[in-house]
Amino acid sequence: MPILFYLSSAVAIIATIMVITRYHPIHALLYLVVSFLAIAMVFLSLGAPFAAALEVIVYAGAIMVLFIFVVMMLNLGKETAAQEKDWLRPAVWIGPGILTLVLLMEMSILLLAPPQRNVAIAVVTPRQVALSLYGEYIIAVELIGFLLTTGIVGAAHIGKQKKKSLHRFLQA
Amino acid sequence: MAPISAHAVLIVAAILFVLGLAGVLTRKNIIFMLISIEIMLNAAGLAFIAAGSRWQQPDGQIMYLFILAMAAAEVSVALAMVLQIHHQHKTLDVEDLRELKD
Amino acid sequence: MQQYLYLIPAMPLIGFLLLITGGAQFPRYVTAMIGAGSICVSAIIAITMSAQFLLYPPLEGAYHQQLWHWFNIGKLHADIGLHMDAMSLVFVCIITFIGALIHIYSIAFMEHDRDYARFFASMNLFVCSMLLLVMADNLVLLYLGWEGVGLCSFLLIGFWYESEANCMAARKAFVITRIGDTAMIIGLFLLFRELGTLNIREILALAPQHFATGNTTVTWIALLLLAGGMGKSAQLPLQTWLPDAMAGPSPVSALIHAATMVTAGVYLIARMHTIFELSPVTMHLTAIIGALTLLMAGCSAMVQTDIKRILAYSTISQIGYMFLALGVGAWSAAIFHFFTHAFFKALLFLAAGAVIETLHHEHNIFKMGGLRKDMPLIFLTFTIGAAALAAVPFVTAGFFSKDEILWFAWSAQGGHPLLWVTGLLGAFITAFYSTRLILVVFWGERQTTPGKLPSGAMNIPLVVLAIFSIGAGWIHLPHLEEVLPATVLKPAHPEEIIFQSIAILSTSLGIMTGYMLYYLYPHTIRGWKESEGLMAVRNFFYAGWKFDQLYDVLFVRPFVFITQVNRNDVTDKLYTGIANIHLQLNRFLSVSQNGSLRWYVAGVLIGILFIITLQILR
Repeated sequence: MPILFYLSSAVAIIATIMVITRYHPIHALLYLVVSFLAIAMVFLSLGAPFAAALEVIVYAGAIMVLFIFVVMMLNLGKETAAQEKDWLRPAVWIGPGILTLVLLMEMSILLLAPPQRNVAIAVVTPRQVALSLYGEYIIAVELIGFLLTTGIVGAAHIGKQKKKSLHRFLQA
Repeated sequence: MAPISAHAVLIVAAILFVLGLAGVLTRKNIIFMLISIEIMLNAAGLAFIAAGSRWQQPDGQIMYLFILAMAAAEVSVALAMVLQIHHQHKTLDVEDLRELKD
Repeated sequence: MQQYLYLIPAMPLIGFLLLITGGAQFPRYVTAMIGAGSICVSAIIAITMSAQFLLYPPLEGAYHQQLWHWFNIGKLHADIGLHMDAMSLVFVCIITFIGALIHIYSIAFMEHDRDYARFFASMNLFVCSMLLLVMADNLVLLYLGWEGVGLCSFLLIGFWYESEANCMAARKAFVITRIGDTAMIIGLFLLFRELGTLNIREILALAPQHFATGNTTVTWIALLLLAGGMGKSAQLPLQTWLPDAMAGPSPVSALIHAATMVTAGVYLIARMHTIFELSPVTMHLTAIIGALTLLMAGCSAMVQTDIKRILAYSTISQIGYMFLALGVGAWSAAIFHFFTHAFFKALLFLAAGAVIETLHHEHNIFKMGGLRKDMPLIFLTFTIGAAALAAVPFVTAGFFSKDEILWFAWSAQGGHPLLWVTGLLGAFITAFYSTRLILVVFWGERQTTPGKLPSGAMNIPLVVLAIFSIGAGWIHLPHLEEVLPATVLKPAHPEEIIFQSIAILSTSLGIMTGYMLYYLYPHTIRGWKESEGLMAVRNFFYAGWKFDQLYDVLFVRPFVFITQVNRNDVTDKLYTGIANIHLQLNRFLSVSQNGSLRWYVAGVLIGILFIITLQILR
């Protein structure tokens, strides 16, 4: 239904605006979760239930949770909020604002150039997705597997914190 | 039911993308920059889903899946690096990380 | 026999290579053996070949050996080919024979020198280059030899390089002969452009057909070749380097600046005689230059005090005689004078070297004196050499050759009475200064005590050269008429005997004047020293007619001025300017690489906007 679509997109846009303007990191992350959930609703309204489910489970459920874990681990709370308040003066928004507005205008011009088309309300079932994924795009699946392995190994290595050991001659 | 126009979806995706971009340019805290990048990725994914929906093919969702997987890997590595930065520089200000300066 | 032709220049070359690579490690006697031995072997081969040439003359009148192709570009075809006809034979024999004697002399002369091997190496390279020069069958190989002797002259004049004056003399010699060399190479270019070949025999055959007599191009070619010869042979106006070149050791002066290198110009002109004959203007100019040079150098030699400088100016003067002969068309006479001159001039230089060494490096003749009892052998040989120089009649070789030149100066087709008068005056002056030299050095009060007399190795070459200085006049150089054209005489000319008598008269007058001024009435000179005018003339002669000062004003000062003006090197600024612009640009653009992540993202964004704008506007 179109009304579902317009409502969800409005929620998503407002939530995103809130994300980028909050001071406290946890607030921003929670608004981001809201934005993702709204986007999932948009997917549903476009007839992509599989994508919607994935969005909620993986994006909002795993990635955002990861963010929240890190924020909590680093104990970014009141001090960060104060810091951000300090940094985010209205003057900071002018430059990026102008540039991004210009970009938005230009993208709109480009996007609105082709003729008007309607999205048919038809659901692309998970079955279709699965068949296509493991049929045509099997190579890509393998490569994504590589990518994820790389991510795991990289994250594990980079995040390691070795205790710094000085040479015995240099120890105090 | 009035059908959804394809342009509208794409405009929504564009707006979300631009908002994410503004966030990257404005914020100094690394965490917030990463969050803004996530917004941008999501907006791109929305555009793909819209394309797949318009043509009634599963390719849009498959591409969205790949973007998702990539975002996951990227976030894990990025957050590991954020941990290291915080450990070494004791600050999350991206302006302090200027060692690639000429 | 002619397949051994290559050995003649090859032996000195091998000597050079051995000595330059390992000479410092060899013991002295090995270096001496290699250095002098290679030239002796060459001499033996050359003399054997000459004997065979004379007994069984080859068919084309020459030995020829083509060694290998050098290069082959388009029409230009140059080989390493050796060609020995009668004229080259004379030169080769002189170079190797006198060279061998001088090398033997040097074994003893340079004995205490630190750079023994370097000396012999350079001398060997010189002999090799000179042999290539006279045996070359094409002008490119000749030019190679030409440059080689120039290089060796530079190396040997500046042999004792620790002294600044020696280095400057070497540089001066090189630069001035370079001017001549450049003129010569331009001449070679013109010759190639006109005739399409640089092979000497082909040029001599083609030139008369290709050029009419008096043609402008052939005149230019001849003038340029003449300029090349003038540089190497130290004729007017390129003669200023030879007196300063006496800074080198005496054997060097003997070999290079008396017997061989300075006669390279004479060889060139004689070899390319066809070209010169096609241009009467150049022939006249050659004769005039020869006459002026011999007069000028003779006057300068009269007043010099350094024994080697007297001999240097004397060399310039005698080569002036050879140029005079060439200029009037007396080709064989010039070669004959070269032949005799080589012997007595080398003798004089070697004997002078012995005197200088014995008197502990004293060069000033007025600080010598009364040496005839202390150094009898050197006195005898020196006197024989000086007598040959003065052309004492009949008993010396110099008489025959100089007499022939004087006769041709009047009676040859290109001759002129004025040239004859100049030659005669020159003979008078030559006799005068030779007598002066002998009397001042060997008679009178002893001013410096002599040290150790020279050893056998130094004496033997002097004796041999003295014998030849007497006897060389009776050697009739055979077969030269096959190579060089006979001298054309004027239709109406007086008898030769008249000229011979007048020449004998002038020589005697010169000797008498010298005897009177320096032996009988020495106070006359002291009286002349009071007169201002005469002293001014004397100083003018002493400074070589002020040519050095003239060139200083004409060339050196403007050049130095220009270099001062261009002190910051305008052309260099162009290149440093480009580098500076890039540095500035770098500094300007480095501002954008400030390491801030957000600036980079902004940069990406601006780039995207730019591209999209272009796309939209299209």
